[in-house]
Amino acid sequence: MPTIESNNIQSTTSEQKSPQTKNSVPIFEVKNLHLHYLTRFGEKIHAVSDVSFSMDQGEVLGIAGESGCGKSTLVNGCMGLFIPPLKPTSGDVLVSGESLMNREPDEVRRNVLGRKVAMIPQGAFNSLNPTRKIKDLAADMIESHENTKDKKEIYSRLRERFRIIGMDESILNSYPIQITAGMRQRSVIAISTLLNPKMVIADEPTSALDVTTQKSVIKMIFELLDKGVFSTMIFITHELPLLRHVAGRIAVMYAGEFVELGTTDQVIFDPRHPYTKALMGSMLSAEPGQRQRKPIAIEGAPPNLAKPIEGCRFADRCPVVKPECKKNKQVMRIVADRQVRCQYAS
Amino acid sequence: MPVETDIFNAKNVICTFGHGKKLVKAIDDVSFGIKDQEIVSLVGGSGCGKSVLAKIMLGLIKPSSGQFLYKGNEIKNLKTHWREVQAVFQDPFSCFNQFFTIRSQLKDSFGIFKKKPSKREIEDRVDQALLAVNIKPPEIEGKYPFELSGGQMQRMLLARIFILRPRVLIADEPTSMVDACVRANILDYLMKIKSELKMTIVFITHDIGLAYYVSDRMFIMHKGKIVEHGSPDDVALKPKNPHTQQLLDDIPDINKKWLEREQKVLNVVE
Repeated sequence: MPTIESNNIQSTTSEQKSPQTKNSVPIFEVKNLHLHYLTRFGEKIHAVSDVSFSMDQGEVLGIAGESGCGKSTLVNGCMGLFIPPLKPTSGDVLVSGESLMNREPDEVRRNVLGRKVAMIPQGAFNSLNPTRKIKDLAADMIESHENTKDKKEIYSRLRERFRIIGMDESILNSYPIQITAGMRQRSVIAISTLLNPKMVIADEPTSALDVTTQKSVIKMIFELLDKGVFSTMIFITHELPLLRHVAGRIAVMYAGEFVELGTTDQVIFDPRHPYTKALMGSMLSAEPGQRQRKPIAIEGAPPNLAKPIEGCRFADRCPVVKPECKKNKQVMRIVADRQVRCQYAS
Repeated sequence: MPVETDIFNAKNVICTFGHGKKLVKAIDDVSFGIKDQEIVSLVGGSGCGKSVLAKIMLGLIKPSSGQFLYKGNEIKNLKTHWREVQAVFQDPFSCFNQFFTIRSQLKDSFGIFKKKPSKREIEDRVDQALLAVNIKPPEIEGKYPFELSGGQMQRMLLARIFILRPRVLIADEPTSMVDACVRANILDYLMKIKSELKMTIVFITHDIGLAYYVSDRMFIMHKGKIVEHGSPDDVALKPKNPHTQQLLDDIPDINKKWLEREQKVLNVVE
């Protein structure tokens, strides 16, 4: 089975132009991150390749991409949580300049999760132990990180936090099954941000909810952000229209790579990478005249990441593919003030 | 020619769960008719009763009171009912048995017919159905449900519809688990099914934008009642009911203001 050696990848990584910022140390930084899964046949699946970005205090970065493009793998990478078969190949993740790499999963859970980086998962129901009340689940979070055993103090802290975010205190005394899906997701958000983390990574927090509940959950997330519970967030979703409203910058991911990274207006209204353009074409909205326009589906499937891919990963599905695309390694380059991974983008 | 009867006809249908103080009216006095070969969407938020209505249409729940007719008759024998009324659900993984291959399960679906076709014909029809949803039969040969992606599995459910060729299809949030580009794909196949098999489709969704695309008529539901109905253009573009307006407002649209908050743009590449 042919596999890519790690040093091989490193030699071909793109040179990142360092963003111009006021602070010298960004709050969160990912440098040329490569992650792979090691299968039991000794195969390496390169789920995330050459991802680099940095974030400043107060920023919301949106990451968009279809299922299986490596969004959730990247989330685990950003937390430094490498549970086999996931392994880092190369690269670095820094929170305020401190590296999260080369740590044991247990240490990550104790020292990183919750305080430095917190994660909001997609399926709230799977994240809550059905046999315990919300307040016990939340108390666990404090107890396991802070060595406080005083239940009274913990509960009063919980009530205070729930009051701030406008949730009813009676929720604390309920079991996960007794409350609605929206409430469950809100409880999960409240619990994961209890320790005032620096960074929050929201992995499709609203995909399982209906539109009305989605809006109220998003509002709550931003309330927490505005009240200073946390300041910086990565928001992951496959809904580009949603990112238009929540993110300041958007990264579009395809087959483990960022293909376009720019401000929201740039990516949504003026996409330059063929994949981003195709994504925008598959959107639906209730507007006059839109009924006659057929949503354009992108034909084909993403490439198999177990095999080394020489050229552009989107080449097989690209509507404007050129013969060189399959040979030339694509690197991020600056096009119209944003980064695009396409040599023909202009 | 006799007078054309509606595919579904509901008259003052009420469906309740629980009793006493905990009585919940899931469907509250609903009346409507759905004509042959029509695409009707039921739109509403979680808990508005749209899935209960779908279950009534499938005969899985009997209405507590009122009259619910399929082609002028009450639903009695479920097996004969399901020969004509079939459904596509939200989560394809929970619709297939994990322990059998997909192909064998597709073949099993022939069991609903009165007379099973010959083995040869079954194989041929499964192949045809797979090709209809753009999957080459060897691609799923010997594969189990967990080996396929969500989009592929959703297409398997649609392939099943091509095999059974029902008169009515009830699509209960068929695209809410898949991403945007797969969604466009699934909708394409749904429209293909509709035009090839001349079916009536009841499309259930919480996304009014999606309903606007596919349907001939839209029913907006709220708390068990149908609060607004009409053509997609009337309902989505000139909504009269506040609940419809709410549903429209809650969809994040790229051209409309959605959150009362401006996003900070930092870190621009120079």
